[in-house]
Amino acid sequence: MTQEKREIVIPSQLLGDVKNKKAGRGTFVENGKIYAEILGILNSNSQYINVVALKGRYDPSENDFVIGIVEDAMASSWLVDINAAYPALLHVNEVPWDVDFGETERYLNYGDCIMAKVLQVDQEKKLQVTLKDRNLYKIKGGQLIDVEPSKVPRIIGKKGSMISLLKKYTKCRIFVGQNGRIWIEGSEDGVKKVIDTINKIENEALSYGLTNKIEELLKKDAKDVH
Amino acid sequence: MTITPSIKRDYLVKLAENGKRADGRKFDEFRNIEIKTGVISKAEGSARVKIGNTQVITGIKMDVGEPYSDSPDSGVMATAAELIPLASPDFEAGPPREDAIELARVVDRGIRESELIEVDKLCIEPGEKVWIIFIDIHILDFDGNLFDAASLASLAALLTTKVPAERFELGDDYPLPLKEPPISCTSVKYNGVVVMDPSLDEEEIAEARLTVATDKNGDIRAMQKGLNGSFSTDEIKKVIKSSLDNGRNIQELLYKSVGK
Amino acid sequence: MNDTEVKLFENGKRLDDRKPDEMREIKIEMGVLHRAEGSCYLEWGDNKVIAAVYGPREAIPRHTQNPLRAIVKAKYNMAAFSVGDRKRPGPDRRSREISKVISEALENVILLENFPRTSIDVNIEVLDAEAGTRCAGLTAAAVALVDAGIPMKDIPVACAAGKIEDQVVLDLGKDEDNYGSADLPVAISPRTGEILLLQMDGHLTVEEFDKALDLAIKGCHIVSDIQKKAIMEKYQSIPEEK
Repeated sequence: MTQEKREIVIPSQLLGDVKNKKAGRGTFVENGKIYAEILGILNSNSQYINVVALKGRYDPSENDFVIGIVEDAMASSWLVDINAAYPALLHVNEVPWDVDFGETERYLNYGDCIMAKVLQVDQEKKLQVTLKDRNLYKIKGGQLIDVEPSKVPRIIGKKGSMISLLKKYTKCRIFVGQNGRIWIEGSEDGVKKVIDTINKIENEALSYGLTNKIEELLKKDAKDVH
Repeated sequence: MTITPSIKRDYLVKLAENGKRADGRKFDEFRNIEIKTGVISKAEGSARVKIGNTQVITGIKMDVGEPYSDSPDSGVMATAAELIPLASPDFEAGPPREDAIELARVVDRGIRESELIEVDKLCIEPGEKVWIIFIDIHILDFDGNLFDAASLASLAALLTTKVPAERFELGDDYPLPLKEPPISCTSVKYNGVVVMDPSLDEEEIAEARLTVATDKNGDIRAMQKGLNGSFSTDEIKKVIKSSLDNGRNIQELLYKSVGK
Repeated sequence: MNDTEVKLFENGKRLDDRKPDEMREIKIEMGVLHRAEGSCYLEWGDNKVIAAVYGPREAIPRHTQNPLRAIVKAKYNMAAFSVGDRKRPGPDRRSREISKVISEALENVILLENFPRTSIDVNIEVLDAEAGTRCAGLTAAAVALVDAGIPMKDIPVACAAGKIEDQVVLDLGKDEDNYGSADLPVAISPRTGEILLLQMDGHLTVEEFDKALDLAIKGCHIVSDIQKKAIMEKYQSIPEEK
């Protein structure tokens, strides 16, 4: 198991020089020097210096899969909350149904949840999502929980290792949105187990060997049940 | 405004049909309660209470002033609550809205009707000067059930309040004269199921809410029904019983925290 | 400011035994509230303040939105029980002025262009007041902003200096605030040394002002270290791999 050195940096911390590296996400440049702009983990590969946020609102990227909650149904579009600094627009052209003008409420209403994809983030940070893709739809049943968007990679794990473990030992369907919303469906016990395990992962996200630890815990519980 | 996704509502309702709550508690079970007193040096009495993640601080300030004309020999008590924007993304700054006013008045009634504060012992000069007690409730973190957290914080603060007689040259400071504290227990109803000490999610889908304040003798001192749903008389009787049971336990916890 | 009979110095030491350039004790804890996106609890002498950040989120009402950048709405409020004589709840003119100067200081260091049309709401509650609440408030707000993941070019910090009985001193405490002859709260961007907030009332000669400003800035750097320690403390314990 690789032991990556996890260096934590804070805003205003000097990270490098534009002469040697390029300023990536989570950094700003002043007088040719690169500084951290948020509290996060330093990620310095050969070309770029990035800081990965430890906390904060979801920062949308095009093509991210997200779970949205409908805020408002308007004449030919819906406004969807995706846990970003802005609500996202879902246009009637971006759904798989044939929606007549003014009939939006028949399909999606306040409080409905959707698996969507971020279609566009424009210059002015105006957001658009789409439901036009296989695997995108209006969600029915199950339970929804919120986690810090920055913890999503940990919950998914390297090449999906963590999430596969969860699915295997709880027999639940789990979908993790990049925006920190997670949908879970399964038996009552299974769902509770997933939620408890995800909370544990969130709290210990920075520790090493977490995947093994979680696997041990899940295995042990499965044995106890039999 | 935070939106409650319909999925969360359906999930809670389904669990309730099987007698379960999302966090595994029984229907009449409270979350973990933490009480700490003497947290504000400038206040004559203060307490910070946590019920689950809900956090409330109550500060007691006292002053000397005129009595009400219809009770010239009694001290005066005034309760105010602030749902400060700190506590929730949905709380707005500005003058107290009805939620804050209802909260303050319900807590106030629980204390006043139980005659917790012996106001007749707070007279300095009949008809002229009496002690005035200000109970200020400050909500710091809203995660469900403000009524009970606010009430408990106010009680704990009062139980540790010292009348600032020295500051007003009226003798030595002495503990506020008090009787038995009434304990408030709040329940909410959703989809025909009634649960006590609602979490934030449960409160968001609640159709009706009932707060019952009971005393050590098993008597009722204050009640308040809120929201636009309804209760059957059976449900109300059940809630009263659960409130009495929980009330006893919480009162013990309260006394322990103030060193009794 | 009134010079009354109150003696503020005894044998070269101040009323609370501090030297002229000594600070009160400060404790900072980041991430103390569940609902807020970023929060900080801070004790400074007998001051107790709590700050919470929500945002960036859509600025409401709409007409307050700036199409090019975020706006910062800092609200400083004193709890009714935080002072000797109970304070009537609600913002008074003093609170509104303090809210304004704090908002302006914070706007300087937050990378506002990243979030057009939004507002970043910072709520500062003074729970227990003991001279220097605006400095405590701004310092706590800065940590809460870091906790919320708001991009900033620096972590601002504030500290006050003043004059008591003809001596310039650091970090006015109880009574010194009331009976001293000048009060100078200052906030800086510690990385660059730029001054983001500065207010003064009382009477100072130009030399005294220079001395006081110097002291206040020194104080700011001391507090800045405490802020940074508190931020790192949250993430200090990373369990080792077995």
